Amino acid sequence: MTRPRDKKMSIDDVVASLESGMTIGIGGWGPRRKPMALVRALYRSDLTDLHVVSWGGADVGLLARAGKIRRLTYAFVSLDTVPLEPNFQRARQNGTIPEVVELDEGMFQTGLRAAAQRLPFLPMRAGLGSDVMLNNPQLATVTSPYADADGAREELVAVPALRLDAALVHLNRADAHGNATYLGPDPYFDDLFAMAADKTYLSVEEVVDTAGLTVDTPVQRLLLSRMMVDGVVEAPNGAHFTSCVPDYERDERFQKAYAAAAGGPDEDWQAFHDRFLSGDETAYQAAVTAFREEQG
Amino acid sequence: MTTRADVCAAAIADAFKDDGEIFASPMGLLPTVGVRLARLTSNPDLLISDGESVFLAGTPPLGGKDVVEGWIPFPKVFDVVAYGKRHVMMGATQVDRQGNQNISAIGDFARPRRQLLGSRGAPGNTVNNRTSYWVPRHSTRVFVERVDVVSGVGPTLAAAAGRGAAKYNDIHRIVSNLAVFDVGGPDGTLRVLSIHPGVSADELHEATGFELDVPTGVPTTREPTSEEVTLIENVIDPKGLRFKEVPNA
Repeated sequence: MTRPRDKKMSIDDVVASLESGMTIGIGGWGPRRKPMALVRALYRSDLTDLHVVSWGGADVGLLARAGKIRRLTYAFVSLDTVPLEPNFQRARQNGTIPEVVELDEGMFQTGLRAAAQRLPFLPMRAGLGSDVMLNNPQLATVTSPYADADGAREELVAVPALRLDAALVHLNRADAHGNATYLGPDPYFDDLFAMAADKTYLSVEEVVDTAGLTVDTPVQRLLLSRMMVDGVVEAPNGAHFTSCVPDYERDERFQKAYAAAAGGPDEDWQAFHDRFLSGDETAYQAAVTAFREEQG
Repeated sequence: MTTRADVCAAAIADAFKDDGEIFASPMGLLPTVGVRLARLTSNPDLLISDGESVFLAGTPPLGGKDVVEGWIPFPKVFDVVAYGKRHVMMGATQVDRQGNQNISAIGDFARPRRQLLGSRGAPGNTVNNRTSYWVPRHSTRVFVERVDVVSGVGPTLAAAAGRGAAKYNDIHRIVSNLAVFDVGGPDGTLRVLSIHPGVSADELHEATGFELDVPTGVPTTREPTSEEVTLIENVIDPKGLRFKEVPNA
């Protein structure tokens, strides 16, 4: 019987397929449904000089702290309940991210959409008049070929395609071929990330058989089709400590501990690193379980 | 004696009273109280969300749940921004005389003294849909001559950027814990619309980092009605969370 290929792989397989200098888009939104197991693997990898593209949370914070980012494209970096991401703040204030592209958050979507549609740019208003244009001299404007009733033409931002070498996203369920559902309230932009990227690596809470994807779930929740996906990693609790509802909420206590370590003296971060980030994903999850037990 | 927090809530509610059937997007606590107050009084047609992904059919207390009347995940929020039927009230780490707002960084953008959130949706909001700002602690550090980074675009910069920016630029109200402003001053600068009860013009001048034109006879911000106070106390914010943001003087 012929079937689509099996794309299951390990976290290490994903990292091995990436290269230093690549442009990597990270799905989710701020502290929500981030592919943290894959991000943690990048954090401890030998990869360097990455161009990270993210509506950022601790993904950006961790990679900034590890000195992995040569260029960062973002609209914000926030943990929500901790509004300012301490590792990101520190990196910006110490000037350790060499190139910084701060966009409006809708502009970021337009850039991904242009890439997903294989267009060089898409027009939009966002950015006009703001320092987004001033701080990103590479951004150009375009004059509408269509005039208003009075004959005048609007000048709009030509948001350049945000083309990605690779996208990393985390969803709730997938089959081994890369069809995937999100079960929470928001798809975020993970389908756009996937279509803007040459390669998409998907981690999920659970790999199920294809029929299992829709047995208790409306078909509209199938956000990713296997034609957009190159690798599938089963990573339970793989979005921790960001939220991945309905599987789990954000781990606020852990996030607090992360933020305290990130914002504290170097020894505090070193201790956090040694306890949680020095081993592989299995070691991380075991350390998180121990942390929870200790917190009661 | 009416509390300052409730005066602010009523002033915020008034900013949304003439909006009709649009998506009201309050960022932060007092804006949420004010928007819910508007919905329970002056503008029942407002659409409100849980701040996450659904429109709520009723008007629950802060953090409460209600019947869902629509779906508004982040991708759809961007659709509505461009569609224009939205009024957002954002925070502002800095706001200047020309009605520009900064939530990006303090100091030089290339190497900021203090990195903030990032510009988020402010550049897009301000050239697409009605935008207001809420400042819980009015001071010379917030109200500055010129913002360090322009995230939200005021009318002067929008006009300078051309029709594409100016067409839908609509900076509506700036509500602080001391006063209410719009951008109807000369050349689109900040204008005092009213000063809150118990605040003097001198106090307002001292707390503002630029020369503020306070017209003689500027009105006092209205006090909330007893019905409004009851709604705030019993329905919207029974736990009194608003007093953490605007304490009683």
